[in-house]
Amino acid sequence: MRVLRDLFEDYRFAFSFTVLCLLLILALLSAFSPYDPTFWWHATRDLIPSWTHFLGTNSKGQDVFWQATYAVRNSLIISVIAGTVSRVIAILVGMVAGYRGRLTDRVLMFVSDSFLVMPLFLIIVLLAMLVREHMNLVNLGLLLAFFGWAWDARVIRSQILSLREREFTQTAILSGTKTMRLVMKEYLPFATPLIFSTLINNMAWAIGMEITLAILGLSNMDIPTLGTMLQWAISYQALLLGWWWWLLTPIVLAIFLFVALYWLSVSISEYLDPRTRIQRVGAR
Amino acid sequence: MTGAAGGLVLRTEELKTFYVLDAFGTEKIVKAVNGVDLEIRENEVYGIAGESGCGKTTLLKALYSAIEPPLRRIGGKVFYVRDGEEIDVYSLGREEKRRLRWEYVSYVPQGSMSVLNPVKRLKDSYGDFLESHVAGKTRRDTLAIAREHLHQLGLPPKVLSAYPHQLSGGMRQRVTIALAALLGPRIMIGDEPTTALDVIVQRGVIQLLKSIQETLKNTIVLVTHDMGVHANVADRIGIMYAGVMIEEAAVERVFEKPLHPYTQYLIESLPKFGDKSLKKSAPGSPPSLAELPGGCPFHPRCPHAMDVCVQKMPDIVTIGEDHKVACWLVEGDRDGRAA
Amino acid sequence: MDALLEVKNLRKDFAFGSLLSRLRITAVDDVSFHVMPAEIFALAGESGCGKTTTARLILGFEEPTAGSILHGANRKGRRRKREKVWFTQGVQAIFQNPFETFNPLRRVECYFFETVHNYGLSSGRKGAETLIDETLKAVGLSFREVSGRYPSEFSGGQLQRVSIARALLTKPSLLLADEPVSMVDASLRMSIVNLFKRLRDEFDVSVIYITHDLATAYYVCDRIAVMFRGNVVEMGGVESVLMSPKHPYTKLLRASIPEADPSKKWKERISLTDIEHEEYLRRGCRFAGRCPEVMDVCHETVPPDVDVDGVQVKCFLYDEATMRTKGREGAADVG
Repeated sequence: MRVLRDLFEDYRFAFSFTVLCLLLILALLSAFSPYDPTFWWHATRDLIPSWTHFLGTNSKGQDVFWQATYAVRNSLIISVIAGTVSRVIAILVGMVAGYRGRLTDRVLMFVSDSFLVMPLFLIIVLLAMLVREHMNLVNLGLLLAFFGWAWDARVIRSQILSLREREFTQTAILSGTKTMRLVMKEYLPFATPLIFSTLINNMAWAIGMEITLAILGLSNMDIPTLGTMLQWAISYQALLLGWWWWLLTPIVLAIFLFVALYWLSVSISEYLDPRTRIQRVGAR
Repeated sequence: MTGAAGGLVLRTEELKTFYVLDAFGTEKIVKAVNGVDLEIRENEVYGIAGESGCGKTTLLKALYSAIEPPLRRIGGKVFYVRDGEEIDVYSLGREEKRRLRWEYVSYVPQGSMSVLNPVKRLKDSYGDFLESHVAGKTRRDTLAIAREHLHQLGLPPKVLSAYPHQLSGGMRQRVTIALAALLGPRIMIGDEPTTALDVIVQRGVIQLLKSIQETLKNTIVLVTHDMGVHANVADRIGIMYAGVMIEEAAVERVFEKPLHPYTQYLIESLPKFGDKSLKKSAPGSPPSLAELPGGCPFHPRCPHAMDVCVQKMPDIVTIGEDHKVACWLVEGDRDGRAA
Repeated sequence: MDALLEVKNLRKDFAFGSLLSRLRITAVDDVSFHVMPAEIFALAGESGCGKTTTARLILGFEEPTAGSILHGANRKGRRRKREKVWFTQGVQAIFQNPFETFNPLRRVECYFFETVHNYGLSSGRKGAETLIDETLKAVGLSFREVSGRYPSEFSGGQLQRVSIARALLTKPSLLLADEPVSMVDASLRMSIVNLFKRLRDEFDVSVIYITHDLATAYYVCDRIAVMFRGNVVEMGGVESVLMSPKHPYTKLLRASIPEADPSKKWKERISLTDIEHEEYLRRGCRFAGRCPEVMDVCHETVPPDVDVDGVQVKCFLYDEATMRTKGREGAADVG
């Protein structure tokens, strides 16, 4: 596809795309894992990496490699849920507030600003403690989504506000277009790069939050995620005991994931930026 | 009418400046100035007319040596003529160019806000300006000079204590022109100085330019697409089309007897008071400077196009006194320069 | 014949400033005019005269502070909350900058199909395409040329034609053109301006032509209203108003237009005002500050609209009562 080829010219996109593909493959491999991730003692403990266990085993007697596949999969699931649900909320709130204005705008922005000034971290920690037993992947994703939309709603709203003053809004109105359709068809293309980059940033934030919650011991420690893997390694003193493979695996994977997500967001939003898009249309 | 047009004050030779653009792997070359020979004289108002996208703003940038990538000088030269001596502008060093700017040649852009510092009062802008060009003056001296200058031009000196945004568009433009004339430059270049202004304000600004020219007896190069402004203030006009000068003559000649088909269309299509007869436009539309047709750039729209027009760019021909045309239809003394 | 559009005592105030200092500017002040069917009517004036605000009021993009706007069928003048004027009254608009008129990220034809769909002009894709093609042919283009292209792929002149075609789709009886050719190249202007004439002659479309370019207004319009700082100062047939202007402002405006004729250069030097917004706040005639024939009464009271040979002029110089009390000959006699 022409679009992909153009994007690949940017080294950042090429790197991040490759890394994400690899991580995705890793996540999909979890379906073929010979071990159930919640069970312990299916292998000898604390073995260094070898051909039978690519990344060694941990103190719970689990194969680190296959644990990692589950960890990546679960972390990605959480972040995707958190990111997409919060996007949807942000878009709806931002667009309605931006286009309607007046009272609707005031009310929605009041709600959104309240979310912004709340000490998010404390509240998430509190809620996590409360629902600990029911904490699974989806719930954690939704919890994070509930707090991740406020900033972007405001950004999208300001984009809509400026677009509302442009003449093509009048043209669309004169063409008989109704409000919702106008906002979707006319404004959304301008908001796309914004939405996309904030989606990816939100995903990165969600992963970070998940790791933080896990290290604080607030998530379900049975479900393998990047955070819980790290937490188990820490609580088993892996650093002091020199079991680097157990400690480094989630850390390195997390770093790659963050860098890849960041570069993906930057390169794609540059590509989608309406100003460069218009230039490209002319250049063809 | 100005006095006898004397020697030259600016000359260009086969000037070519193109924009070289590269967007996502696609290269596009915009031939904004495609071989222009100009001879601009002392003590005259020289108007450059042409539509948007014909390259006239780029030509001005080249004349003022304000060329920056993606604009590149591909060929040709620009000479300033000072005290009988020709100076090749593009061979000068930065410091020499800086000194020439505003002292020998000054520039009035379309939007005055790009010249005036929005966070400084005018008297500070004027002061800075004078200090960087004239050594050994205190702030009080420069302020006195500025006040005197404005007074002479008929502008209220009290505007010096204002910020640019406090003035109306017309006043700002006039202040910018006064700033450009401060050091008595030999050439003043105006790029559509009145396009964004109202009719009455435009008249005031243009009259200011004219009075400066009459006082300093210098040259003003005025670029605008408004033929009415040219009719009122220019002595000679050069018509630009798709990066080349297609006709040049005294202003009366251009309006009475245009020779190039494009100029003919242009003059005929101008609405006139008292005349309600049907006016027609030139057919088609101007070519994109990135995709110029071969030969004469006007040939796709020209009703008299011949075979030679498609193949070769016309030579510049001089008719009678001072009327130059670049068209195969016109016979006269050839200038000897092939396309 | 009944007027197509009637504007009566239209007024629009804008308030600026904060809680502490509010400035109220009357952008449109007691403006009245009417537009007949198959007529090109010019609303002319410099920037800040209120012509664009009047257009927005007519289109319904702003609410008037006072006054009424009556369209052909809807004579009562009160519009129901949800009723959109263009939808029911056949009013469409064309704007100054064709590149802003269309969303640069959408194909131009989208607006055509939307219009057809929303107004129920045709059924099915084929029918829509035929209708769109017909309309485009009326402006000198065709569907094939327009299909699949983005606004940036057209030239200014072409895109303005596309904009006109979109406005014509609904077969409006009234077209509001806001500076339609000021951004189009000089050599192409006439073809678009001639198009308006054709629309009037062949399709009975009326045009409200908003412009600051009086030369083009002279060429294309039938009647003209000259506006200054929110007032209509002179209104009548374009021949009378522009060839023998009566109001001092119209005279100044007419004299300041650079004519495309080297033998008709400006004669006198003029002086310009420095501060413009003061003029909005004047009690009497807004032009009193600059008028060469100003009298004391001009500063106090707003001048009445006087009819002088079929032209309506808002000036005390033509008001017989005032001139008689001044002990001078009425200007109407001097002419």
